[in-house]
Amino acid sequence: MFKKNKVNAETLDGYVSQGKWKEIWRRYKKSKGAMIGLIMMAAMAAVLILAPLFVSYESATTQDFSLMLATPSAEHIFGNDGYGRDIFARIIYGGRTSVAIALIATVTSCIVGSMLGAVAGYFGGRTDSLIMRSLDIFMSVPDILFTMAVVYALGANFVNLIVALTLAYFTNYVRLVRSEVLTLSEQDYVEASRAGGANGLRIILSHIIPNAVGVIIVNTTLNIAKIILYEATLSFLGLGMPAPQPEWGQMLSEAREYMRNTPHLMFFPAAAIIITACSVNLVGDGLRDALDPHLKS
Amino acid sequence: MGEKDEKLILDIQDLKVIYKTDIETVEAVNGISLKIEKGKTLGLVGETGAGKTTTALSILRLLPQATGRILSGKICFDGEDLLTKTEDEMRAVRGNLISMVFQDPMSSLNPVYTVGQQIGEAIKLHNHDLSHEEVEGRIDEMLQLVGIMPSRKAEYPHQFSGGMKQRVVIAMALCCEPELLIADEPTTALDVTIQAQVLAMIRELRERLGTSMLMITHDLGIVAQICDEVCVMYAGKIVESGTVEDLFRGEKHHPYTVGLFDSIPNISSRATRLKPIPGLMPDPTNLPVGCEFAPRCEHCMEICKKEKPQVYSEGTHKFYCHLFDSENLKTGGSENESK
Amino acid sequence: MHKYVIKRILFLIPTIIGVTLIIYFVMNLTPGDPGRAILGTGVPQEAIDAYNHNLGYDLPFFQKFLNYLYNMFINHDFGISYVTKQSVFAEIWPRYMVTLKLAFIGVVISALLGIPLGIYSAVKQYSLMDTIPSLVSFFLAAVPTFVLGLVLLYFFSLKLNWLPSYGLESWKGYIMPALAISIPTAAQNFRFTKSSMLEAIRQDYVRTARAKGAPESAVIWKHVLKNALLPVITQIGMSLGMLLCGAVVAEQLFSVQGIGSLIVERITFKDEPIIIAGTILISICFTVVMLIVDIIYAFIDPRIRAKYTKARG
Repeated sequence: MFKKNKVNAETLDGYVSQGKWKEIWRRYKKSKGAMIGLIMMAAMAAVLILAPLFVSYESATTQDFSLMLATPSAEHIFGNDGYGRDIFARIIYGGRTSVAIALIATVTSCIVGSMLGAVAGYFGGRTDSLIMRSLDIFMSVPDILFTMAVVYALGANFVNLIVALTLAYFTNYVRLVRSEVLTLSEQDYVEASRAGGANGLRIILSHIIPNAVGVIIVNTTLNIAKIILYEATLSFLGLGMPAPQPEWGQMLSEAREYMRNTPHLMFFPAAAIIITACSVNLVGDGLRDALDPHLKS
Repeated sequence: MGEKDEKLILDIQDLKVIYKTDIETVEAVNGISLKIEKGKTLGLVGETGAGKTTTALSILRLLPQATGRILSGKICFDGEDLLTKTEDEMRAVRGNLISMVFQDPMSSLNPVYTVGQQIGEAIKLHNHDLSHEEVEGRIDEMLQLVGIMPSRKAEYPHQFSGGMKQRVVIAMALCCEPELLIADEPTTALDVTIQAQVLAMIRELRERLGTSMLMITHDLGIVAQICDEVCVMYAGKIVESGTVEDLFRGEKHHPYTVGLFDSIPNISSRATRLKPIPGLMPDPTNLPVGCEFAPRCEHCMEICKKEKPQVYSEGTHKFYCHLFDSENLKTGGSENESK
Repeated sequence: MHKYVIKRILFLIPTIIGVTLIIYFVMNLTPGDPGRAILGTGVPQEAIDAYNHNLGYDLPFFQKFLNYLYNMFINHDFGISYVTKQSVFAEIWPRYMVTLKLAFIGVVISALLGIPLGIYSAVKQYSLMDTIPSLVSFFLAAVPTFVLGLVLLYFFSLKLNWLPSYGLESWKGYIMPALAISIPTAAQNFRFTKSSMLEAIRQDYVRTARAKGAPESAVIWKHVLKNALLPVITQIGMSLGMLLCGAVVAEQLFSVQGIGSLIVERITFKDEPIIIAGTILISICFTVVMLIVDIIYAFIDPRIRAKYTKARG
């Protein structure tokens, strides 16, 4: 009798967790905005990944003064910039860098922040207050200034941009994961497993992380958009990747000079930034609603 | 519908309520009928999710605006159908003629106002001509009635314990001397000792004020202590109804009621094991074609899976179950009321 | 209660020291030294070393940091600019005031735009007055400040010629930079207020208020609003951080002589004393505002107020 019950409980558990993701997908599909975002994101990813098949990196950096400020044509569908470089190619290769930086910085800040947050929330006491007080100090420096200082100090390149953005963004995750851990450790099943002799690490890994994963995913998605905007801002301010490497923000900064007569120089990179951030936000919002339908209605 | 029963304070007929979101439709209440006589207390018993709270919210027309919808039925209060009233007319009913005590006292008080302010608001809403002093006097009186020192009225809800908060909520519900009090599991969130206190207080106040009551609970012990009549609810339907006598002393019961009784520990038959009802409530978005209880019923017959049962009654005691159809034939006792 | 206030104010000191430490540490990672930067390249190494020694630049990191702190707190001395060779404080202070003015104008505009709209759209959920602002605010969340600024510049300055494209000489000069920083913040305030309202509307005590027979207007104005606006106070404080960041970009874009444009401009010249001082000053402003917000919150929220009046006298 007892044995039979146990088997039942396990199969039920498996069914529930498998059904949970199905259910989330079912709810996600219901939202038009979320699906549009997903399609836009997939299209963007496809273009950025497959880009080298259509345009070469050279066309993004080769200067051709005969084509200076040319308007869009069949050959250069987005036109050419002040140095005669192909804007389409620059958007594509700029996007590859920006999106890569944003994705990696999001993941690293998520890992660093979540770990610190889990430690703070789980151990509590002095560890917690030490981490949280340092965090308060970190958060007192407005983030763009902090990233600017770090990029300036370390020098602008791919890795340092990631480091700077990670340092500015991990704080979000510390707070988020800490509060999740605090709420979850009060749940009965965590109490039960603690009573059953499970140690701290095991509880964090097997109970707390899987349950906090939804919130983390949603925040991570929404953070990607923020980091893309920040990265663009940095490169607009001249703190992005070194030239000749194209970047959206830096393209806009250059386009300022020609704004009066050739606004298309400004239009395409601005559209690229907005469309990317919009699609990521749509997906993030969709995920949030799908994971927590309660919030929506 | 025509004749107005002077004795009835509340008469719900064939109430159907759904919750509709863009994803699914939950059939929360599926055609229930119940009556409460003036001065009496009716217990509405059932598991979580059976539709008890939905029924209560429907009476006050406080279903969530975005999703909840009353499909059909009538809710006659003192002979007037509440469902045909305008929002303004309903407002004069809420808190004045019908009030409600909610399940969780922790969250049903507004954290940013003092308890005095919150009781005062309920008084002022329905007694515009009272002076400030009169309102304050009434607040003190109400707090005393529920056993709280009037000096605590300037305190905020978070300074009160759970039991004390529920007393405040009850004071708030009774301050306009309503004719009907709906108590939605008023003691579920409280400790056992506090439960007994609050329950005793509710009973005493009911006697003193002569209020009729709809007591929603899943606790048969509370039913035995407080109620005059009982309806057992399952998956949005009433499966059995009768007086407290019928329920606790009656010979015949709906299999679900039997299951409910078997789920409580019984001191006199300690030897026998508890017999929980197997399975879970049916998914309210996808109810079975036949009897709602059929999938969990140990007496389930072929007909139970295909057809909804009708009412079978023995005096005041009513059942909605096919079992009594066949028994009917044997005993030839009760008649078959068709809907 | 005043104990809480004093405690919070005292906590300001370690926070400012911590902020200074972080920034000072980060900036110390850069190669280069003040002697080389100030005296120029044509000077012999001995003279540069002597200059650095005089400044205390060859001391160990923590000693340098303590000196910096001492000069900062006691003498308002943030060192000498590598570029102008003038006192950093004298150069930075007037520009700091410009940035603060801009940011506080931004706080007011973004609060006045975002919060009432947020309240209204939560109350009229799913109506046109909800969907339109929600869509606009969703879109604005994807528009960086500098793009918005460029668009404003293009239309109002270049095409329509209504507003000056740079400087703050007349009140007209403030319009575009203020709008560029406050519109994204207003969008954020809007979203925050709306979700805070929706959260409050869902609470049980709102149902209790309705069950009492309170009219819908009283339910919203009395019961929902007071609870929903408490977290909004913190949001307004937090939005200052966003506005200060926006100001850095907007000043650069509209050639406003503020601290942000100064920092960006001096980054090219590696003028570290200015960068450090500017970052510290902006952070201090943000910290002080957050402190004020915390104290206001504690006075308004009875739960926090009671906690401190009871437990800590």
